[in-house]
Amino acid sequence: MAHAYTPGLRVTQQATIRKERMLPIAGRVLVEVGAKVQASDVVARAELPGDVATVNVVNQLGIAAGDLERFMLKKPGDAVAKDEVIAQTRPMIKWFRNVARAPVDGSIETVSSVTGQVLVRTAPRPVEVRAYVDGVVVEVRPGEGVVIETTGAFVQGILGVGGEVAGELVMAVDSPKAVLTPKDLDERFAGKIVVAGALVSYAVYQRAAQVGIAALVCGGFHDSDLRRLLGYDLGVAITGHEALKPILIMTEGFGDIAMADRTFSLLKANAGRRCSANGATQIRAGVLRPEIIIPAAGGVQAARGALGLTEGSPVRIIRQPGFGRLGTVKSLPSGVQVVESEAKVRVIEVQFPEGDVAIVPRANVEAIES
Amino acid sequence: MKPEDLNVIVATDCGSTTTKAILIERKPEGYRQTYRGEAPTTVEAPYEDVTRGVLNAMAELEELSGRKILDGERIITPARGNEGVDVYISTSSAGGGLQMMVAGVVQSMTAESAERAALGAGAIVMDVLASNDNRAPHEKIERIRTLRPDMVLLSGGTDGGTVRHVVEMAEFLAAANPRPRLGSSYNLPVVYAGNIDAREAVKKSLGGKAELHITENLRPTLERENLGPARDEIHDLFLKHVMAQAPGYPKLMQWVGAPIMPTPAAVGNIIQRIARSRSINIVGVDIGGATTDVFSDYAIPSEEAKTLERIFNRSVSANLGMSYSVSNVLAEAGLANILRWVPFDIDESDLRDRIKNKMIRPTTIPQTLEELKIEQAIGREALRLAFVQHKRLAVGLKGVQRGRTISESFDTSASGETLIDMRTLNMIVGSGGVLSHAPRRAQSAMMIIDSFAPEAITRLCVDSIFMMPHLGVLAEINEQAATEVFERDCLISLGTCVSSVNEVKAGAVCFEYVMDVAGAKREGAVQAGEMVLEPLADGLTAKVSLRPHRSVDLGAGRGKPVEAEVHGGVVGVIFDGRGRPIVVPETDRSKTVTRWAQALGAYPA
Repeated sequence: MAHAYTPGLRVTQQATIRKERMLPIAGRVLVEVGAKVQASDVVARAELPGDVATVNVVNQLGIAAGDLERFMLKKPGDAVAKDEVIAQTRPMIKWFRNVARAPVDGSIETVSSVTGQVLVRTAPRPVEVRAYVDGVVVEVRPGEGVVIETTGAFVQGILGVGGEVAGELVMAVDSPKAVLTPKDLDERFAGKIVVAGALVSYAVYQRAAQVGIAALVCGGFHDSDLRRLLGYDLGVAITGHEALKPILIMTEGFGDIAMADRTFSLLKANAGRRCSANGATQIRAGVLRPEIIIPAAGGVQAARGALGLTEGSPVRIIRQPGFGRLGTVKSLPSGVQVVESEAKVRVIEVQFPEGDVAIVPRANVEAIES
Repeated sequence: MKPEDLNVIVATDCGSTTTKAILIERKPEGYRQTYRGEAPTTVEAPYEDVTRGVLNAMAELEELSGRKILDGERIITPARGNEGVDVYISTSSAGGGLQMMVAGVVQSMTAESAERAALGAGAIVMDVLASNDNRAPHEKIERIRTLRPDMVLLSGGTDGGTVRHVVEMAEFLAAANPRPRLGSSYNLPVVYAGNIDAREAVKKSLGGKAELHITENLRPTLERENLGPARDEIHDLFLKHVMAQAPGYPKLMQWVGAPIMPTPAAVGNIIQRIARSRSINIVGVDIGGATTDVFSDYAIPSEEAKTLERIFNRSVSANLGMSYSVSNVLAEAGLANILRWVPFDIDESDLRDRIKNKMIRPTTIPQTLEELKIEQAIGREALRLAFVQHKRLAVGLKGVQRGRTISESFDTSASGETLIDMRTLNMIVGSGGVLSHAPRRAQSAMMIIDSFAPEAITRLCVDSIFMMPHLGVLAEINEQAATEVFERDCLISLGTCVSSVNEVKAGAVCFEYVMDVAGAKREGAVQAGEMVLEPLADGLTAKVSLRPHRSVDLGAGRGKPVEAEVHGGVVGVIFDGRGRPIVVPETDRSKTVTRWAQALGAYPA
């Protein structure tokens, strides 16, 4: 049987999910292997070095760089307070004394007799890493962080904005094709991860923000609305750092697209459960897709083979015409064929549930995990 | 195996989106490229192993060629009959390529030289820091800290010149303590190529915080640039550190018969070879999914030596590309600039959604004609913006190319001149998916002309199926094979573009031409704002006599006639009366763009 390789997004009821929770710099891990953790638990802590301020001491004192150390009152490692004198000249008449002061609270980092500069580093900033998902610590990397494992449902979206949240998963619609209006949302959804059907409009997003929703999960969103939301054109798909509430996760793409039945059904089946969601996306270099993780009390890891396409495999069309349609592979012709754009490409024959069949470039379909 | 014994070669280019494999075989007439296969690159999750994509691309090559190349996950070597290959070679730009930060003392001098060294080595330059870049020290430190480059190139000071400023940059670097992009188990490689007198102080400043590699000063004197040693050091470190950390690359490095080259370095290699072997001025472009590289190799007169000196430049537009970066083309060019090339009306919101959908599913291809036209409109803008950036970078190096005095070197008005003179440009070579795989070659020609706006007489070529990277690395082990395949199978001559440099009133005759093809004469006139195509087959040349309108310049001055020899190609000779810059009228946009496309037969009727 012919087969083809195609990347795809994971939508699965049972998976074992491992999340690395790493500190940005070396620090302290607060949990041990085997510990059960909640999404909001702090699992590691570190102190980020403070900002660095420079003082051109030689200019301020009017001395040569090579003489700097002679005039310093503080040495590397010493604590200093803002405006404290850190270096001074020693003239015969005190009135002519020049001084250099610390521009910030902190400690002396370096004293350079080459450049004549003194670097003062401010106090470190504490940084904490939370568990993000309810699960069990399966690995501790001393000084770096932990790996947390959980078993449950796992849904990858195609693009998201905003960072990590946790909350109860609720359905705001009863169909993957449904489109919400602002009046459909009220305070009952506050702090929840809300499944919002097909298209979410800018007005619906604003209403969601007003009632305090944690995350909106939808089939599509218009790019023009995203631009309004972010205040800029999303040039490169690297997201997750946006300070947005609610975060937004699209499962299908841009435009008015119904959520895939399989995704919708899976989310519906898990409504009422606690889950974790993250809008962070990075399509280039180390691909990262937005996700919804719904931990289960137990569960078995689903076997996951390579996402190959064979006759009968469920697929989604991911480019016009028919963008977003779902079907199954009818055949995989081996040669190349000429499509409407006159491009000679390898194709796939897709059977749609509506009864029609289409020839589509292989590159324009996506395998859906079955 | 000796280079001359290589009969069957398989080469891959692991791009950010697609891994392309080609098969090269020695035939009675010489080396030929025979088959091509491709598969999505698998550097990223869930696979995180570049070799998967390589094996998939080779599997397609096997299927198409009938040659058995793989034995499971092993490449069969050497070739015997219809099995195996003699050598496997590869280039790579996957996983974001080589990302560098460079630093120098004076922005327009050592920092600019350092940027050129890094770009020439195939890097994406994330930022250029300089003592005089108008950023406060804490801003520089913060910037270094937030960037996570693969490598840093630190330069500054001529030999015997400033030490203080160079060491200052090293101190900032140490204070920021940047971490490498891939992996935290090793120290960030820093190449120091600055003032030799500052070496010890730099070593002291960076001690323990970075893996310092000291090489020759890239700007030993104001008048001389010495980029070679720094580039070589960057290449070595790219292989030892960056590649060794990328997913699957340690395995890939064991498979190859020659060091893996960064894709842009390989393309630059082949572009330089063409320019220098034919003694022509050339501009090459490689438009990829994530980045667009522009290369130029020009013969620049040196006033002092009264000779011509060849200057090679490469620029990279890290966020201009046709898949991952397609949305950034929209952000940078603006919707109106893209829309002007679309020959039908389209809802703006719909166009925005389509572009974003391409970004999030970067491996898709246009199935409908409408989608193809949109994609090629975006391609024009990506190419245009990348060329603007190249012209900004490819400027005269103070004191060197033009034999200026040192005092002239400080004259900013003189230093801003680009080396890219469109009137002396002989050839534009296009490469990359949107140009190499356009269903009709006339579409590639249109895209090149609209985005590069060549002036006077310029030959246009494309890389047939995107194999310049493969040939760039092949040239390192078997120059004969690379040259033969390049001439026979890689370079496709589209033809020649004859363009008016300036505009005349619409409706007026811009210029008249007489084309003499082996004694047979063809005559015509080009109206202002129009394009005319005269077919002239590949391999043929014609003599053209051009008589411009009295205010039209065809390269020789206003109203001055031009006699020249032009090369044919798969498209032909394109007479372009649109003037420069090319202006698409807002009112009649669809009709005008359609008329231009029809003149060249770019799309089906």
